[in-house]
Amino acid sequence: MTIPRSHVLISVDANSIIAGVKSVESALIEELRKRNLDKEISVIETGTLGIIGKGVVMVVYPEGVFYGNVKVEDIPELVEEHFIKGRPLKRLIIEATPPTFISREEVGLTKKQTRIVLKNSGVINPESIEEYIAVGGFSALAKALTEMSPEDVILEVKNSGLRGRGGAGFPTGLKWEFTRKSKGDEKYILCNADEGEPGTFKDRLILEGDPYRIVEGMALAGYAIGAKVGYIYIRGEYKLSIERMQKAIETARNYGLLGENILGTNFSFDIYIRKGAGAYICGEETALIESLEGKRGIPRIKPPYPVAKGLWEKPTSVNNVETLANIPDIILNGSQWFRQFGTEKCPGTKVYTILGNIINAGLIEVEMGTTLREIIFQYGGGIQDGKKFKCALVGGAAGAFLGEEMLDVKMDFDNLREYAAVLGSGAILVMNESACIVDMMKSILHFFKHESCGRCTPCRVGTKKLVDIIEKFAHLEGSEEELEEMEKISLVMRDTSFCPLGQSVYLPVSSALKYFKDEFISHSKEKYCVAGRCKEKKVLVEKI
Amino acid sequence: MTPQSLIVILYKKYSIFVKGGTMKTREEIVKDFPQSQDYILEILHALQDNNPYNYLTPEDISVCAQYLNLPYSYVEGVASFYSMFSLKPRGKFIIRLCDSPPCHLVGSESLLEYLKKKLGVEIGETTKDKLFTLEVTSCLGVCAVAPAIMINDEVYGNLNPEKLDKILEEKRGEL
Repeated sequence: MTIPRSHVLISVDANSIIAGVKSVESALIEELRKRNLDKEISVIETGTLGIIGKGVVMVVYPEGVFYGNVKVEDIPELVEEHFIKGRPLKRLIIEATPPTFISREEVGLTKKQTRIVLKNSGVINPESIEEYIAVGGFSALAKALTEMSPEDVILEVKNSGLRGRGGAGFPTGLKWEFTRKSKGDEKYILCNADEGEPGTFKDRLILEGDPYRIVEGMALAGYAIGAKVGYIYIRGEYKLSIERMQKAIETARNYGLLGENILGTNFSFDIYIRKGAGAYICGEETALIESLEGKRGIPRIKPPYPVAKGLWEKPTSVNNVETLANIPDIILNGSQWFRQFGTEKCPGTKVYTILGNIINAGLIEVEMGTTLREIIFQYGGGIQDGKKFKCALVGGAAGAFLGEEMLDVKMDFDNLREYAAVLGSGAILVMNESACIVDMMKSILHFFKHESCGRCTPCRVGTKKLVDIIEKFAHLEGSEEELEEMEKISLVMRDTSFCPLGQSVYLPVSSALKYFKDEFISHSKEKYCVAGRCKEKKVLVEKI
Repeated sequence: MTPQSLIVILYKKYSIFVKGGTMKTREEIVKDFPQSQDYILEILHALQDNNPYNYLTPEDISVCAQYLNLPYSYVEGVASFYSMFSLKPRGKFIIRLCDSPPCHLVGSESLLEYLKKKLGVEIGETTKDKLFTLEVTSCLGVCAVAPAIMINDEVYGNLNPEKLDKILEEKRGEL
């Protein structure tokens, strides 16, 4: 076997596929073959490199050079310069340090990032089980099955202080303990991959970048709670995630890492995929269970909680993708190791997606407690076009607007709650001074109106009324009384809605009014919109 | 006769679905799945994917209902709940435009207006030539290349009216 002198890692994910990564990859392979370099240079597909919005991105090791916006026509020059003449092709190098610089050599920004969940993403080939095993994959499962009882696993996760990364922040170990202690022989572990919160795509990139990690995390969870079957509920729109996950499950079965008597022990466990069909509400755990059972995705009354009566009335633990991705490392390295990261009440890391008017949009994993200022200005590179920061919408549509005075708050589940905000799904949408809040609110409220399932009155009628009011402001009408009405409606929705969808509308509404009330008023009184997007209604002249 | 029109004739006259080199009847499609209610979404996905008009017909609902031993009304209720399923005929290409906040911030609304004008349809409608259906979707999860749209299974990002024109032309050329 010849050992290649260089490795080219090409990021194949939803974003790079849009940019035509497949044709670039085959052009590169063809060009290397033409020049007899195909044995010396190995081309490997990998998950996200964390650099998004720069077209086709690749990294060449051992040099650690990142190329972006690579097109098919650049390939001959790239091969000529880099691999034959040995000098990196300057015009394609990503100059601005990308938000996530992944390199085993700890160059660039990664040393500032702490990676647990995204450790292998952009490093190994996500479709190869051998590569996952080579970087220590499945050793946590082996350790648990041979050295630990299910109670030990639960205790380790409890001690680690890991909290659910789907947004609610419920302690994972506790959830597992409840499920284990609930009466019943059949139990289930569900992986919630119905990622629908606007601006969030972390779960998608975890599934696409390191699918075996989720297989291992789910197997460990199954062992801990006493489940023989696990389901992953993935959004119907996430085609590549479904394909990669399906392949990972089948390969793991062939290797005896799923199925009967895993690794020669008494533990048997298998995983099945279920595809969603476009309903935001199915991200709510009981709605997800209903959908999985083959019903309309309408939330259930709680209690009983899923840990007692979940899928088919059996005890069920529903965990987010990112939560499960943390499990293998916690089991392998212990809870004390995990606790060295993050804050005391929220140990570990958090994966964020940073977007909007920002220089380096992308996916980052940083310790819990990192401030918004660091995330936006250090990792995100600051605001585009030299403009001023106005606010950030943190936590997706169900999140809160955070103004400038919130930039230095250490972000974790508890700290943000003190400021009436949430960490949510970890989506950070950054807006500069020329963004219009009324226009953003319009988009958020239309979203909720569309996604309201219609079961309970406060949400069904409330979202409609809120849209009516915001449309007035978006047409430079409205009054101060209507602003008060808006806050009142959303408050009633928070207190009386059936599920978190209706309850969470209060956050964006109240935070927008708290920081930007003047902007709403200037829309109605001075007919002024900073972005120029909101315009007066055209008066239609009827033909006589 | 073009391959596409043959597919349509086979479907209309004989209820035979042609996809990826295989020809199947509705009954054969549903038999690929276990006879259990929790497969309902998978079955509906498969039936809809095989329909050249991208929707679920009353016969589809009825075959699914019989196979799973459920009332017709129940299956229709499930199908109508999820936005990826349609109960009325749609175009060959379904354009799903993302209008969630990240896309909205960078101008998805003006793209929507442009598409409406260009195709001559409102949201949820299909063009007269039965080619394009315009829909609005929630977040597609490709926010870094906003504004984005999805046409059938493919996602397109960093859009502006010129790029949209090019994509629509390409799609017309695929026929």
